[in-house]
Amino acid sequence: MAEPADTQNLSLTPLNDLHVELGGRMVPFAGYSMPVQYPSGIMTEHQHTRDHAGLFDVSHMGQAWLIGPDHETTARALEALVPSNMVELARGKQRYTVLLNDEGGIVDDLMVTRPLAEDRDGQLFIVVNASRKDVDYALLREKLPESVRLELVEDRALIALQGPEAVAVVAAHAPAVSELGFMEADFMEFDGIACHISRSGYTGEDGVEMSVPAGAAEAIAKALLADERVKPIGLGARDSLRLEAGLCLYGHDLDETTSPVEGSITFAMQKRRREEGGFPGAARIQKELAEGTSRIRVGFRLDGKAPAREGAEIRLGDGTVIGTVTSGGFAPTLGAPIAMGYVDAAHSEIGTKVNLVVRNRELPAEVAAMPFVQQRYYRKPKN
Amino acid sequence: MTTYYSKDHEWISVDGDIATVGITNYAQEQLGDVVFVELPDTGKTVSQGDEAAVVESVKAASEVYAPLDGEIVETNGILADEPAKVNEDPEGAAWFVKMKLSNPDQLSELLDEAGYKAFIADL
Repeated sequence: MAEPADTQNLSLTPLNDLHVELGGRMVPFAGYSMPVQYPSGIMTEHQHTRDHAGLFDVSHMGQAWLIGPDHETTARALEALVPSNMVELARGKQRYTVLLNDEGGIVDDLMVTRPLAEDRDGQLFIVVNASRKDVDYALLREKLPESVRLELVEDRALIALQGPEAVAVVAAHAPAVSELGFMEADFMEFDGIACHISRSGYTGEDGVEMSVPAGAAEAIAKALLADERVKPIGLGARDSLRLEAGLCLYGHDLDETTSPVEGSITFAMQKRRREEGGFPGAARIQKELAEGTSRIRVGFRLDGKAPAREGAEIRLGDGTVIGTVTSGGFAPTLGAPIAMGYVDAAHSEIGTKVNLVVRNRELPAEVAAMPFVQQRYYRKPKN
Repeated sequence: MTTYYSKDHEWISVDGDIATVGITNYAQEQLGDVVFVELPDTGKTVSQGDEAAVVESVKAASEVYAPLDGEIVETNGILADEPAKVNEDPEGAAWFVKMKLSNPDQLSELLDEAGYKAFIADL
């Protein structure tokens, strides 16, 4: 029943000692030894994040800068690889996007931030998936023009604090964080340590992701954990939280064959890019935008208590196979199983009755709106 | 009544030719929060090593194998409504099935409590 914990040849994050000290159960993930849960368990960690503030080590993710002579040049260079509007991304703003292959398939999904500081004009900060670092960096090195270089950030950890109380907790150490709106970022000091903090995350809650010097990561994490509103959260709850929020996990819900239209992430494509194209696979993606796709990612709520997981076949009542589940599990907030997957677009309407096949048994479910749990991102009051 | 243990982390409590089977405390700790338990139908005949039940935790599904040959004569209805009982009382109230053993000689292949403790200490 126990999974073999082959911890050989795994990279360790700067918070590894702390995970062990906190009783984290370490598992291999994307080449790193990471905590899947702490002693309190996934359910408790999940609910704590929804109610208070959860601390996540996301140092395994790739941090890098794209550095060019001016914003226009760097943004245009990135726009040649992604379908989002980078040129008009304002200073201090962050945006979700995807790297595309020539067929319009998704190579990775990532966050891009344009620094607020004017002396960083021409720079974009990116955070990519741990499992895709090598692929992404090779693609960027190959495709970026000579005027824009990729500079990896390998001496910084990445710590996320997520939940309704997260920003208040961070503000006690870095007051400037309160000034950030959702998907905004800036450099600021945390107890005198220079950090780059964005107000964003992967849980559907308000919160931050903090890029911090590797050597200060443990001190910062401990300072956060000293606040009684904060508990450490492992990968298990990270997955259940993002699933409830309807967010994709690369390699599961998105891959090199899926386009942004099929993946239901066209929110990442701003108007100008949709109209002008000019990104890899534009012909396919623009056609899909105009005419629709044959398959599309949707959410599911199951009638019973048994979860359906990745790989489960999706059938109509008459037995016709219409797709496959790409992520699924138990939603602690709802107390019920949920899933997402790809179906024939003809059967993607919300409310469509389907069966998810688990161990040769058909579990009744229906296509459901996502997010499954209301996102509670911070909205800045309008002046 | 004698209690045996399997290397698949089941406990088997034997009374005559009826064995009550559940998963050990070690197993529930490894699985984490249990959210669903799928039990076999009563009357089903199973052979040692067959998949007899499935435990779904938040993160994964895990099979529970029949530790012995026999017929399922009763399943624990409590688990349908309260799967978390597996975490709270795995070696008591959260038993999975009762089996009528058809090959009691297989009991000799199982561990006793001391043997099981030694086995998990090495994991």
